[in-house]
Amino acid sequence: MENLIALLIAAPLLGAAVLLCGGRRLDAVGHWIGTVLAAASFVVGVVLFADMLGKDPENRAMHQFLFSWIPVGGFQADVAFQLDQLSMTFVLLITGVGSLIHVYSIGYMEHDERRRRFFGYLNLFLAAMLLLVLADNYLLLYVGWEGVGLASYLLIGFWQHKPSAATAAKKAFLVNRVGDVGLSIAIMLMFTTFGTFAFGPVLEATGEATEGKLTAIGLMLLLAACGKSAQVPLQSWLGDAMEGPTPVSALIHAATMVTAGVYLIVRSADIFNAAPDAQLVTTVVGAVTLLFGAIVGCAKDDIKKALAGSTMSQIGYMVLAAGLGPIGYVFAIMHLVTHGFFKAGLFLGAGSVMHGMNDEVDMRKYGGLRTYMPITFITFGLGYLAIIGFPGLSGFFSKDKIIEAAFAKGGTEGWILGGVALLGAAITAFYMTRVMLMTFFGEERWRNQPTASPAEPDVEPAAEHHGAAASDHVAAATGEPHPHESPRVMTIPMIVLAVGSVFAGGFFSIGDRFIHWLEPVTGHAHGHPPIGAAAVTASTVAVMVLGVGLAWLQYGRRPVPVVAPRGSLLTRAARRDLYQDDFNHVVLVRGGEHLTRSLVYVDHTLVDGVVNGTAAGMGGLSGRLRRIQNGYARSYAVSMFGGAAILIAATLLMRAV
Amino acid sequence: MNPVNYLYLAALLFTIGATGVLIRRNAIVVFMCVELMLNACNLALVAFSRMHGNLDGQIIAFFTMVVAAAEVVVGLAIIVSLFRSRHSASVDDASLMKL
Repeated sequence: MENLIALLIAAPLLGAAVLLCGGRRLDAVGHWIGTVLAAASFVVGVVLFADMLGKDPENRAMHQFLFSWIPVGGFQADVAFQLDQLSMTFVLLITGVGSLIHVYSIGYMEHDERRRRFFGYLNLFLAAMLLLVLADNYLLLYVGWEGVGLASYLLIGFWQHKPSAATAAKKAFLVNRVGDVGLSIAIMLMFTTFGTFAFGPVLEATGEATEGKLTAIGLMLLLAACGKSAQVPLQSWLGDAMEGPTPVSALIHAATMVTAGVYLIVRSADIFNAAPDAQLVTTVVGAVTLLFGAIVGCAKDDIKKALAGSTMSQIGYMVLAAGLGPIGYVFAIMHLVTHGFFKAGLFLGAGSVMHGMNDEVDMRKYGGLRTYMPITFITFGLGYLAIIGFPGLSGFFSKDKIIEAAFAKGGTEGWILGGVALLGAAITAFYMTRVMLMTFFGEERWRNQPTASPAEPDVEPAAEHHGAAASDHVAAATGEPHPHESPRVMTIPMIVLAVGSVFAGGFFSIGDRFIHWLEPVTGHAHGHPPIGAAAVTASTVAVMVLGVGLAWLQYGRRPVPVVAPRGSLLTRAARRDLYQDDFNHVVLVRGGEHLTRSLVYVDHTLVDGVVNGTAAGMGGLSGRLRRIQNGYARSYAVSMFGGAAILIAATLLMRAV
Repeated sequence: MNPVNYLYLAALLFTIGATGVLIRRNAIVVFMCVELMLNACNLALVAFSRMHGNLDGQIIAFFTMVVAAAEVVVGLAIIVSLFRSRHSASVDDASLMKL
């Protein structure tokens, strides 16, 4: 059974290789190859899962040693895999949701002539993410980590002819590099501290290291997690990453990439358990991000960017839970899985809406779409109910547990974290209701609203004067949209994900199944919130109702203006992502420019000054000295006599003394 | 007669020779001044030999004479060929050995 583990990665990797090297011959079947190989990986995952269920809970971890990668003295890097309950959860999520997104992409990317390449990149993404969660040491995890970064770069910038997409891809790549530096430093620290970087030996030896070192490792791991999971302060790439095709957004936000940071923290649980300071920072990062993302999500009119804010916020919940220690690890992963379902469903739904609306993303130009796209409406609606934590649906169980755990942290800290989590739940309900109302309810604001198609930027208004044929083309591209339901190949994945969003949370929670499943790996401690679990649940539901009600008052009861109003100070700040880019620009870009400029100045004046000054001084001195050598034998004779006289005088003087 | 007086004479001759080397431009005269200096040294050596009562100084004086003879041969040959190429025996005209 162990030998199947490599197959999980090999299948999508093979797909990527075949599709990217196969050339145009595979254009007709490329998407099927990609989808089948992703599904094959899922099937292998299910087989391994079934095998794992048959074993004793304490002995479920499987290992596969492939080959020794870098054997150099004490530095032993192996290509070896470890499949335990935590990895298994991720494998099923990645391959399952990933396969559904592959299927959806067949329809979504139908008219894109580079579809084969798209599927190659998707497969590469899956392979890298699987390598990340299956590696049995941090170095191999780092390989997968970088692979995910590369694949995300390729996918976000897939429509590279758009400058905005190319820039967004570059931004995501660069911001991720910052986090990667953290991971590489953490690995180096582990090697110097423990002499190894394999999961088992490192995590067992945490007791031997000093708390200071563990805190340093923990903080570096957190920095890495911030980069990949778009947590403050490395969150700025996520919103721009929406430039990629919508299935990519679903993949990045649900099954892969952003969950990698949470995985890293939960995998390194023993390090964080022994470093309370690092844990505290983790919870603070999570709490700040969950509010940050939620506030940004409230103001965005771009449906995908609103969902991106929501992702940031939900990952914030997971990081917060992971920072709480053993009372939170299980719930972080549980929320991650349920979020995988409903967020993938929401993104695919958004893609379906855009598909039917000429790629329009501005929600102010939607409205009343529920009758035109019933399946999209229902699946999106179920995802919506799940994310706001409607009782009985997935999000309710997982989010409520996180809020309980946050309160159970105890002391002032617990009250603050719990309060922030509750507030986040209210804002979540508000912005998701806003998205829902603006898209599917209200008046049909897209009527008589010619929407510019962002997919065809080469169509210019001036073309209207170029005869009848050209103006027909323009009318087709920019005319009133004709909303329609998406083809079945797109709706079926949405339906499956909607089913998951509805039932996953309940299924996991009955008899604490998920806790028992993960407990052998992450450990678990029951938290007891000071106000009682029932009270927390009640207040979670109450703030959810409050959020929905407020959103209805603002967006449901009165018509939504087509042109965005100026808005309050906070709204305008949130529209600009709370000035995160401006902050980065002023502090990092400008600061960097000034730093480099001053360094260049120092280099030119001080360093070059010393070097060139020495050379010039020597040159001038030798120019002067050269005059002495004038070719006149008599002057040489004078210097010789003078020298001899001085020597004799000196000798006599010495003798006299 | 006190041999120290010979030393004074030697010093005087040496000074005259050195001054000639430094201030005269004619190569022949410069050359003769060099000879004068050499012979001043010889005189001093012989005087020392007498003062110390051994023959060391006289032997070195013979050496000096042999070297001076060889030097005259080479030196005069150089001066002659210099005069042939430049039609002048001024030492200042031969000042090409510089940058």
